[in-house]
Amino acid sequence: MEDLSLHILDIGENAITAGASLLRITINENTEENTLFLKIQDNGRGLDAGAMEKALDPLYATKASKRAGQGLPMLARAAREADGELNLRSGDGKGTVVLARFVLDHFDRKPLGNIAETLITLIAAGGLEVDILYRHFKNGRDFLFDTRDVKEELKEVPITDPGVLSYLKEAVNNGLKNLLKE
Amino acid sequence: MAKLKIGDLEKIREKVRKTAGLRQGKSRGKVTVHMGTCGIAAGARGILTAVMDQLEASEIKDVIVATSGCAGLCSREPMATVEITGNPPVKYVDLTPEKIRKILDEHIVNGNIVEKNALAIGSERTY
Repeated sequence: MEDLSLHILDIGENAITAGASLLRITINENTEENTLFLKIQDNGRGLDAGAMEKALDPLYATKASKRAGQGLPMLARAAREADGELNLRSGDGKGTVVLARFVLDHFDRKPLGNIAETLITLIAAGGLEVDILYRHFKNGRDFLFDTRDVKEELKEVPITDPGVLSYLKEAVNNGLKNLLKE
Repeated sequence: MAKLKIGDLEKIREKVRKTAGLRQGKSRGKVTVHMGTCGIAAGARGILTAVMDQLEASEIKDVIVATSGCAGLCSREPMATVEITGNPPVKYVDLTPEKIRKILDEHIVNGNIVEKNALAIGSERTY
């Protein structure tokens, strides 16, 4: 994966496959502490103890279980390469929390990438039944995107409509550009 | 908290609502982009974005866009499955945004399978 937004898409796809109805993605950048935290939290069916143990093992990717493949080990490696680490919290029926820490200015820390494209891809993938809450904090300022707000505004028009998604992509891009400019 | 400015959504809603009637009829077909880890690493997100853009640009309202997992042929990703309602689905491999745009034009609009990019006819289990 070239950047963090692709990892987010990958883990988000896992969540949708696990039957999540709410996917919460949080990024927190802190220049002073020199950290970047990425948290991806879902209310899907979660992983049982056996699957948890193997989820970070890159050699565990049984097609039969389809619970986890290469995605989590790849994100864990990306975190380690930037002097960080990945933590996984889950339980059978309890959803899953993936928390990755990176050293913000580390030479090998992958760039954020195109968050807006990842979000609209996840909306298209999840359909009308999955809601996404994206929060991005940077040095105390923040940007928030919640599909529940958008759906309320859209009323009977589906959020998965290409015209709506194309608008949302631009709106998220602008919002993040505004947050991330120094 | 700096929320997404959703003021313009009203305009979008009105625009889309006018065409909503068309969408409620039977769908003409379905495009499924394979979005497993292998697909994503190979560029599947750009393929899905290209599909969305193309459908919007061509004002095609009756095609469903979906995603699926790994189809077990990771080396041929990005892949997409194009299905015209009532016909068997066709799997396209080694895609680029340019290729999928042409495929949508040929397959969805004109009804012709683009054989040079096609792998097979048939479907894996999707979710």
